[in-house]
Amino acid sequence: MEVVWESRELLWQGLEYTLRLFAVVIVLGTAIGILGGVGLLYGHAIIRALLRAYVDIIRGMPLIVTIFILFYGPVAYGINLSSFQSIALALAIFAGAHMSEIVRGAIATIPRGQIDAAKSLGLTFWPRLFSIVLPQALPLMIPPWTNLAVDIFKGTSLAVLVSQADFLFSVQKRASARGHYLAFYMSAMVVYFVCCFAISRAGAWLSRRTRIGLA
Amino acid sequence: MIPDHLNLVPPPLIWGIRLPYQLRWEYVLNNKDWFIDGLLLALEMALIGLAFGSVIGLICAFLHSSGNRVAVAVVTTYVELIRNVPLLLLVFIFHFGLPQAFPRRSTGQELVLDLLPTPERTFMVVLSIYAGAYLTEIFRAGILSVGRRYLDAGRSLGLTRMQIARSITLPIMLRTVLPSLSNTFISLFKDTGIAFFIGVRELSFAANRVNTDFFRPIEGWAAAGLLYLVTAWFLAFGLRFLEGRIKWTV
Repeated sequence: MEVVWESRELLWQGLEYTLRLFAVVIVLGTAIGILGGVGLLYGHAIIRALLRAYVDIIRGMPLIVTIFILFYGPVAYGINLSSFQSIALALAIFAGAHMSEIVRGAIATIPRGQIDAAKSLGLTFWPRLFSIVLPQALPLMIPPWTNLAVDIFKGTSLAVLVSQADFLFSVQKRASARGHYLAFYMSAMVVYFVCCFAISRAGAWLSRRTRIGLA
Repeated sequence: MIPDHLNLVPPPLIWGIRLPYQLRWEYVLNNKDWFIDGLLLALEMALIGLAFGSVIGLICAFLHSSGNRVAVAVVTTYVELIRNVPLLLLVFIFHFGLPQAFPRRSTGQELVLDLLPTPERTFMVVLSIYAGAYLTEIFRAGILSVGRRYLDAGRSLGLTRMQIARSITLPIMLRTVLPSLSNTFISLFKDTGIAFFIGVRELSFAANRVNTDFFRPIEGWAAAGLLYLVTAWFLAFGLRFLEGRIKWTV
């Protein structure tokens, strides 16, 4: 175990990359997802069809396919993304597709009466969405959103496949440099477990705090 | 000298614009065997993962519902540990780490090398353990969904706990968990995509090979993505159709 501790600075650099990637992706993915979910329910027919195609295509492919296509694709057509940008984009697109479904599902469970009541008060579409529908839908989204966040954190480990300097990559480099694979990978398992478990506990706490009485 | 098969002709002009990269699908089409074999191996691995994972999941779910404190603790630790660790890391642990757990040429290491002789086998074992954790949760929810009345009826007939589990809980539970099982199969199929990293010749391996052999990353990965997508949709519709066809006797 001292072998792992000696490499702590390099491993921390990798973990920092992973955490940065996770932060960017969760913000971008949630934003895409909320827009996508609202669009899936209330959008124009063409927008709805496009969003449906986006969600179903991304959800039907493994994450690594999205990562590889966005890693090699844009560069070949002259769009120079840095490797961090391309992998963040791939993960955000993946997260956005899953989040769209979560948002759509949560909004769809809001009782019809709430929307009718808002309409009878004279609220137009956007005020109705922001002050009646979303405040009630957000607490319902938190448990599946937490699961998605854990999946995204686990998904950041796939950055190692395109040789990004993420946590798993730094673990792998140090493990092969020192020859102690088992010790390094077991330590990585502990780190991943702590991070993911913290995310799901935080989600459960948030879910308890925001619980509302929904008829 | 540039090898012949790379055939480096400049990309054509389209509407006066020279595209920097021209798609050349013949590299995929000439090697479609790689993709077909890879797809079949991916499906096979997913099926094996589902089968062994179901066995693990069933055992763990019934152990958990038995209420024995030690069993509950062990099952909960297993499920939480596996669900909170990336599959890729589990693959690394089993592929690179496990042979190191034992001294060189000890019986332990011989045993590991006998049990996990190929990357394929290693990946199948890891996938089964991974699927087992998710399936434990699914089966546990299924067990909880079995109505109290059925269990009371069984008890009033004088059945033992084992008999109740085998002939009441299990058949009723299977009806409720069947849709989740097909969802798990599809997501396991997609999870096989990372196995190429330890050298398993599945679908992503073909895509990666088109990249490394001919420098054609976009064509290879797009073809693999399309195959994953079509297969996943086909599986989803096919399994839903089959679920509707099953005539339940209980």
